[in-house]
Amino acid sequence: MNLFCVGISHHTANVETRERIAGACSEEALRTGARCKEALLLATCNRVEVYASAEQPIATEEIVRALQQCGAGEVENALAFYRHDGEACAEHLFRVVAGLDSMVIGETEILGQVKKAYEGARASGTAGPLLHRVFQRAFRVAKQVRSTTDITRGAVSVGSVAVELAVKIFGDLRERSVLVLGAGETSERTARALSSRGVSDIRVSNRSFERAENLAASVRGRAVAFDDWTQQCREIDILISSTSAEEPLLTPQLLAPMLRGRADRPLFIIDIAVPRDVASEVNEMEGVYLYDIDSLQSIAEQSLAMRRQQMVAAEKIIADHVTDFSARFSGGDPRVTSLSPRALARES
Amino acid sequence: MDRQLLIASTLCFFTALLRTLFAAREGISLHGRFNFFSIGLGFLFQTAFMSIRGHALGRCPLTNLFEVFVFLAWSVALIYLVIGPAYRLSLMGAFTAPLVFLIQTFALLAPIDIPHPTRLPANPWLEFHASMSMIAYGAFALACVAGVMYLVQERQLKTHKIHSVFYHLPPLTNLFSALTRLLWLGFALYTAGLISGFFTGGPLPRLKMICAFAVWIFYGVILQGRHLHRVAPKRIAALCILAFSAAVSILWAINFVSQNRPM
Repeated sequence: MNLFCVGISHHTANVETRERIAGACSEEALRTGARCKEALLLATCNRVEVYASAEQPIATEEIVRALQQCGAGEVENALAFYRHDGEACAEHLFRVVAGLDSMVIGETEILGQVKKAYEGARASGTAGPLLHRVFQRAFRVAKQVRSTTDITRGAVSVGSVAVELAVKIFGDLRERSVLVLGAGETSERTARALSSRGVSDIRVSNRSFERAENLAASVRGRAVAFDDWTQQCREIDILISSTSAEEPLLTPQLLAPMLRGRADRPLFIIDIAVPRDVASEVNEMEGVYLYDIDSLQSIAEQSLAMRRQQMVAAEKIIADHVTDFSARFSGGDPRVTSLSPRALARES
Repeated sequence: MDRQLLIASTLCFFTALLRTLFAAREGISLHGRFNFFSIGLGFLFQTAFMSIRGHALGRCPLTNLFEVFVFLAWSVALIYLVIGPAYRLSLMGAFTAPLVFLIQTFALLAPIDIPHPTRLPANPWLEFHASMSMIAYGAFALACVAGVMYLVQERQLKTHKIHSVFYHLPPLTNLFSALTRLLWLGFALYTAGLISGFFTGGPLPRLKMICAFAVWIFYGVILQGRHLHRVAPKRIAALCILAFSAAVSILWAINFVSQNRPM
């Protein structure tokens, strides 16, 4: 039995090409068209891959042709398709589900997409025993990689970094109050992200009260007069600032009186305005954590770098699984080219 | 035999310490059950050691500095095992294991296991006083550990330099809440130990009393500052570390003045 994978991904093809290929073909049509014994089509925004098994070797061109015949658009460059056979196919799948092959390393959405594709193939009967084993093993690998490495840790966008920092300061965000100063797009996104994490008290203040009301309505908050925003700092836990002021709006002198009596209540300030709304000296005040756009981006980059570092540990886990998987199914043959009923029983 | 049990216990804590160092070096998760079970096993060996020692002495094994340190290590492990899972502070194990390992290694290597010249009679009040005080020290030790964790996390947040450990440490507010509870627990136990000291029947050494009250007042002031929201959490965390360091030093002093009188 030959296990193989043919596909295109963000590494080899642009989004237009991936769009043309994705979602057009049924697995049953693919299986009969390409004479495969088993077939599974994984189509996400970043990749279109066919995982299949066959009694006889099947050329990549046949798979591409089968894809085109069952409705996928014209493939201008067949070279964009890559192919992995046997052990390399298992390794590739393990890397995909673990998020190592994703555009954002360590992203976890891919696991759900692979599970959905697998369930679909199982339901339609196009995934047989070999694909069942290799996909089940892939899910185990993904779980192990996620639980024993930090590959999924750390936010990689400005909004998610802000939310993660808020969680690391306050823990549960449900009882926290947020003041959004300035009704810009980034502050709206950050406020929405905080709202999705349970923050229920969101106040919006803007020079234009109407815009403040509009944003407040969209995040289920309430508008506050711009003249009152400094007083709000006594009550709030998180301040998101993104006004177009030329000079800092918040200075240590202005903030100090408002921090009295809240020694054990931290204040998290997210300043995404350029030029900055909050004087950098504010970060030196006790219990105040100030982050500007550069520091948020820097943390997002640190997270990405950390995820890249974690790839070594993740690759080792994958390599161990590939070796084990290969040994179980090939009886010592490094390629997964045979699948005996006894081997299947052993794995079960 | 009893020392071998203590060596086995120390090795368990050393294993947890190695696992922490390995995890930190390899960048893999610091969480997991390994540390918890390793500390749990170490705790069982400690308990067996104290049980054998206690039976041999016919009283609570707190007759010399060696036993005092082992009891302290046992209290730290006990409170970690109870508090850690309850407050989701499993990572505390990564900080607790080195502390217990250091205390026990010192106890094993230092020439402080000197048997008392005479067999001491059992005194329930004295034993209650000493054991309550030691368990209170265990709570203070873990408050110190929580303080270290708080300061590590706070520094990363303040300086914007986020390391891998940041993602494993609990949120600042949770750490501070755990630290406060540990302080209250330790303070209550210490107060009970202090009061019971007056019922032991013997004359009370003056220096010992002054030292014990100094520790009590120190922790009382920290708690008062916390209760009145006058002191910032960062300072409370730093004070917890300072107070525990002072309390351990005073524990030595108390033992020094109690040479002719068991604790």
